[in-house]
Amino acid sequence: MSGHLVIRDVAVDFPRPGGRLEVLEGIDLEVQPGEVVALIGPNGSGKSTLLRVAAGLLAPNRGTVELDGRRILQPDPAIGLVFQEPRLLPWRTVAANVAYPLELAGWPRPRREARVAELLELIGLTGWAEVRPSQLSGGIRQRAALARALALEPRVLLLDEPFSALDALTRERLNLELLELWGRTGTSIVVVTHSIQEAIFLADRVAVLASRPGRIVANLRVALPRPRSLDALDAAAVSPLAAEIRHRLGELAA
Amino acid sequence: MTRSTTILPVAAMFALALIAWKAIVVIGGLPVFILPPPEVVGERFVRAWTDGTIPPHFGATLQEVLLGFVVGAGLALVIGYGLARSALVERLLSPYLVAAQATPILALAPLLALWFGAGLLSKVVICALIVFFPVAVATMVGVRSVDAGLLELGRSLRATRRQIVTTLEVPAALPSILGGMRVGVTLAVVGAIVGEWAGASQGLGVLVNLARGSLFDIPLMFATLLTIALLGIVLYGLVVLTERRLVGPR
Repeated sequence: MSGHLVIRDVAVDFPRPGGRLEVLEGIDLEVQPGEVVALIGPNGSGKSTLLRVAAGLLAPNRGTVELDGRRILQPDPAIGLVFQEPRLLPWRTVAANVAYPLELAGWPRPRREARVAELLELIGLTGWAEVRPSQLSGGIRQRAALARALALEPRVLLLDEPFSALDALTRERLNLELLELWGRTGTSIVVVTHSIQEAIFLADRVAVLASRPGRIVANLRVALPRPRSLDALDAAAVSPLAAEIRHRLGELAA
Repeated sequence: MTRSTTILPVAAMFALALIAWKAIVVIGGLPVFILPPPEVVGERFVRAWTDGTIPPHFGATLQEVLLGFVVGAGLALVIGYGLARSALVERLLSPYLVAAQATPILALAPLLALWFGAGLLSKVVICALIVFFPVAVATMVGVRSVDAGLLELGRSLRATRRQIVTTLEVPAALPSILGGMRVGVTLAVVGAIVGEWAGASQGLGVLVNLARGSLFDIPLMFATLLTIALLGIVLYGLVVLTERRLVGPR
């Protein structure tokens, strides 16, 4: 199990009337196998665009993405993606939603069912297997989306503000669960967030992005021991780091 | 609501309609050739079905309706999908589709009968034409309603073109498509009757004309109208049942 993601000199611009809009400029980011990196930045800093490039959904105008030495030019089974919204198929049950990537990949039914049972167990969704998304709370829906993203055993997991639509308590619990999952699966993780606290709690490293054009202006190490509990945020090391991140983000706003 | 609590008001409403019908006949003093009372129509209905007056005509009309519906709805699914997915296809085709829909089928029927003869073919064409529009529009609207986020999810999971259609677009569009088919199937009955009026030797439309004209059997005419209405209701009900099976809770 590896998951070494290397983003090199990535630039993205979109055409617009009277010129081009630079969304990302000269992005370099390396994620070590098993590392958790948080991307934080204001709106318009191209965080989601960067995630799409890394996922192979969007071809950059310049630069490359490599996973374990292989160029990523299109979506790849080794990359799992969780969106801001759960994006569950409303006509399918939780189990059938989790099975969806396996179905598209052509797994035979018995193997599919075994894998889905395993995933539901892992995420703690076994009791919800036969329920449809409309009957579920936001937290359960996003858990199902997470289970779906893990279905093909990706080596890197990309999360685009995955819990931002949830209430604060659910969000804390899901962050904790995400770290537990990470401990068990060992995937590398890149998570986009708006929350300094969330970035520090989850990540080994926080990359701060500036906007227009989006670029990385700081790369800060989080020196908190693992495994982390929610109390970890009270540690002495946290406030200077949070202040540093806030300072960098503040410079951008100024 | 439970079954028994829905059946009661439905039965009461039906009884009320029959009483009103009877009352109009009695109070208005209407002769049988203007408005036969319900019991006369009921008796004629049963007799026409048992003595073999209605069944061959019914069979002819049913065949026209079913074939026309299958052909019209089938084409509409394909074209409707094209309309949804290609702006060019929509721009090229929609003027003709709207024009075909805006021209009353009653005005087109004699022409179609001239081209396709007085047999089954001209009725199938008329039915297909009248079914086509609502199903095509419903398919277009349904396919367009697929959440862009789900399509991106499909792409991120390397779904093939075919998998996108079968696992995302069709299930998402299904409620809309079946809604169009509800309208389409009742219009198909109208199409068949209109087609028969434009020239035919068999069918419920022919029987209506015969009963009113050379037979001068007004209760038979009403019994035939009742048959046509029941045919529409049953076909509509079948589409609704299909919808319940296929769409289910969401």
